[in-house]
Amino acid sequence: MPFNLLVLICLGYVVFLFVVAAWAERQAKAGRAGFLRSPLIYPLSLSIYCTAWTFYGAVGYAARSGLEFVTIYLGPTLVFVGWWWILRKLVRIGRVQRVTSIADLISSRFGKSNLLGVVVTLIAVVAATPYIALQLQSVTQSFGVFASETPEGWALPNHEATANWVAAGLALFTIIFGTRNLDANERHHGVVTAIAVEAVVKLAALIAVGVFVVWGLGGGLSAVSRQINQVDLTAWTIEPSRWGTLIFLSAAAVITLPRMFHVMVVENPNEAHLARASWAFPTYLLLMSLFIMPIAVIGMQRLPDTNPDMLVLTLPLAEGQGGLAMLAFLGGFSSATSMVIVETIALATMVSNHIIMPLLLWLRPKSALSSDLRGWVLNSRRISIMVVLALGLGYFRLSGGSEALAAIGLVAFAGMAQVLPAILGGIFWRGATGVGAMIGLTLGFGVWAFTLFLPSFGDGAILPMTVFEQGLWGQSWLRPNALFGTEDMDPLVHSIFWSMALNISGFLIGSLLTFPGPVERVQGAAFVNAFDAEFQAERLGWMQGQAEPEALLNMAQRIMGEDPAISFFEEQARAQGKDGFLPDLTPDFLTLLERRMAGSVGAATAHAMIGQLFGRAMVTVEDLMAVANESAQILEYSTRLEAQQAETTRTARALRDANDKLTQISVQKDSFLSQISHELRTPMTSIRAFSEILTEGDLPADKVAEFGRVIHMETLRLTRLLDDLLDLSVLENGSVQLNITTANLGLLIDRALAAAGQTRPERVFDIQRNYTSENIFLRTDADRLVQVFINLVSNARKYCDAELPSLRIAVRQKGARVVIDFIDNGAGVPKESQGIIFEKFARLTDTSGSGGAGLGLAICREVMGTCGGTISYLPGQKGAAFRVTVPLRIGKIAN
Amino acid sequence: MRLPKQPLFLARTVYRKRRLRDAARMLPIFGFVLMMLPMLWPNSGANWVYLFGIWVGLIASAAILAKGLGSDTDETRPHRDLGGEDAL
Repeated sequence: MPFNLLVLICLGYVVFLFVVAAWAERQAKAGRAGFLRSPLIYPLSLSIYCTAWTFYGAVGYAARSGLEFVTIYLGPTLVFVGWWWILRKLVRIGRVQRVTSIADLISSRFGKSNLLGVVVTLIAVVAATPYIALQLQSVTQSFGVFASETPEGWALPNHEATANWVAAGLALFTIIFGTRNLDANERHHGVVTAIAVEAVVKLAALIAVGVFVVWGLGGGLSAVSRQINQVDLTAWTIEPSRWGTLIFLSAAAVITLPRMFHVMVVENPNEAHLARASWAFPTYLLLMSLFIMPIAVIGMQRLPDTNPDMLVLTLPLAEGQGGLAMLAFLGGFSSATSMVIVETIALATMVSNHIIMPLLLWLRPKSALSSDLRGWVLNSRRISIMVVLALGLGYFRLSGGSEALAAIGLVAFAGMAQVLPAILGGIFWRGATGVGAMIGLTLGFGVWAFTLFLPSFGDGAILPMTVFEQGLWGQSWLRPNALFGTEDMDPLVHSIFWSMALNISGFLIGSLLTFPGPVERVQGAAFVNAFDAEFQAERLGWMQGQAEPEALLNMAQRIMGEDPAISFFEEQARAQGKDGFLPDLTPDFLTLLERRMAGSVGAATAHAMIGQLFGRAMVTVEDLMAVANESAQILEYSTRLEAQQAETTRTARALRDANDKLTQISVQKDSFLSQISHELRTPMTSIRAFSEILTEGDLPADKVAEFGRVIHMETLRLTRLLDDLLDLSVLENGSVQLNITTANLGLLIDRALAAAGQTRPERVFDIQRNYTSENIFLRTDADRLVQVFINLVSNARKYCDAELPSLRIAVRQKGARVVIDFIDNGAGVPKESQGIIFEKFARLTDTSGSGGAGLGLAICREVMGTCGGTISYLPGQKGAAFRVTVPLRIGKIAN
Repeated sequence: MRLPKQPLFLARTVYRKRRLRDAARMLPIFGFVLMMLPMLWPNSGANWVYLFGIWVGLIASAAILAKGLGSDTDETRPHRDLGGEDAL
């Protein structure tokens, strides 16, 4: 077959795939993606598991080691027939948590730790790079097979150029269909459809070759079966440990391989499809491996000298079946391309999300605010795709592409399987912590790299020979093929055993010994109870399949207000070319609405609210925390407002009080002035009147004397009043000078009684005293104290209205104070007046007419204050009662 | 008077479904044991027929179980237990 024709057919096939993918994208965009939801597409897309390694390599594997190749299919079969509920849980978690890749899953489970995401991404890239190289190698080899058959003698384009072209074409396809849009749930309808088509092509091709070999060459089933049984079995003995390990390994790989995770979890359209896949996918695997043995056995018989990896191609070619060989070539091409495309998308998502974007946002934090973040993400993903493919190409060129295909595939499997403990532990064990996962992953990855990956480059290629012979740093228990002295194990089993053992132990012990952070704990609960949580949410009525525009309008009205919401919806509907108030729920509209609502309730809350109305996307912890932050800010703000308001109220009250006091003082001042002018005026009036009469002369001498006495009396009264005023002002100013001496209280009372006796001397008072209790020596200003006593006694003499007036003076010592009560048997002070008797000019009723100006008690209060004591009215004593309290020794406060 | 043939148990459907799920969970273990069995045989000549037989058997079992479990929503409500009116 002319090579140019081959290239042409190849290109035609690629164009066909482009068309299929583009058509599927368009259908999906138009909302007619019904076929994508058909349960057939999903198991077919899972066939991404069968790569070119499977297509070409399985025959080579079977030719080399016999039946062992089926282990690669038995593991996935076991997982799918019975344990798809694990996958189902992954799918559910993936949808609820908007997981975009396996790195995202682990990072999200362990508290959104990006470090874990980076580690998983690195593991995935390191493990997948040889695998991608393997695909490029198989395509290149298959080109080579055709090229060597060409009789025209065209020069075989060198392997590298072919690989370059293939890689470039794959990059183009992946970028076009893998980064067309940035869907929240990372679905790629075009890619999935193309993969399903390719799945059919590769299955059909392998079965066609198988049928041709069995019935065309082998002579029927029984004959082939006989031939298989006659094969010399010495090379095909199966080691039980290797057999079991490989089944485990492939079972782990089907869950952890990035491309498998991508089609299985991220691209899953409906959980129920897993139930069908539980038998459909194993059936696909069974059909894929059904004819491997016959092809290998008959191929080796007929073409014993060729590369067994290419038997699927070389056998039909050798038999002159060009068309069949072409179909087989397309099958292998399909296997390789579909694997590379999906693997690259999955890896690029991880690299972009966990390495490039964080780096970018760290380097240029402002770009996060720019409106074109989508553009950034898409570009970073495109760059990641090229980087991943470039890595694969680089590995292919470096390794020269000579190893047996199966070996590289198993190395990649073992590397990715290191993620398994973290995943399973993460979704089934709430106690799993990020630190544990980190320890397990690093240990497992390290051991895998040391015992399997680095040695896979060849003895002495990367690890020096001395390490193989004497162990790392000369420690013989650290030999890559005999870790801890286990020399007799198969290298693959050895590596998997130790890497998984250390990985799991590190994960368990690390988890047991550390304490998870709050986000991690919430995420752990959400992951482990993925089904329960949804059950709860469903019961609470949170789940609403698809948001209706009415529901959105309803919500928007509540938040934005009725008129703005309605006019916003109407405006948007008109912008979409629709009448009425309900626009289509396009992403643009939702973004705008979210932004509008964010103005009212905050971005996170708005996002959470719209998210809640849509699909099963539940509110994530981060959303919740953002909402909590916003509410906390609002709360804090309102608290601050409240505090401010309280303070304002307090100030206002204080101001009002102050104002009241000022008003009161002003009133007091006015009344004081009017009182004092009245008090001064009364004696002055009589003095003036009498002095006028005296000036006129011709008065009898006795009248003159009488008037002179009146004038004298009035001037005395004036003098006394002025004295009192002076006294009071001195006392009130606090500028009084105390004359402190030691005095006997009894003697002081004697002095007071004697002095007060001049007041209304006509009244006979019964004075009751207890002289013993009065025998107290005080250190105080005796004259001032006597002044107070005089005032009180004269008050009693003036105002006591009893028939037989009596005054009881009771003295008691209370600690460092002396209490002196002056109690008479009069009517006392009316209750309503008790509060004002100590005010200036607070004379109640001056029945005597000769009393003072009402300054007496005010002066008393000031005096007592100055002497460190108090004076107060003592109610309830059947008469007027005043209590004077003086300190035994006057303190230094009285200056 | 004869005893009723079936014991009185209301949520029979739910109960059956749950046991069906248990069966599905056990299937891989059975499968693994059966797959490891040839390792104990002295002559592994007819292995591939045996292995493919198991394989087909597993797929058939899975298909039967999936039919029973496929459209169930029961898995999402693990705690709604045995209430008779909940029988699906």
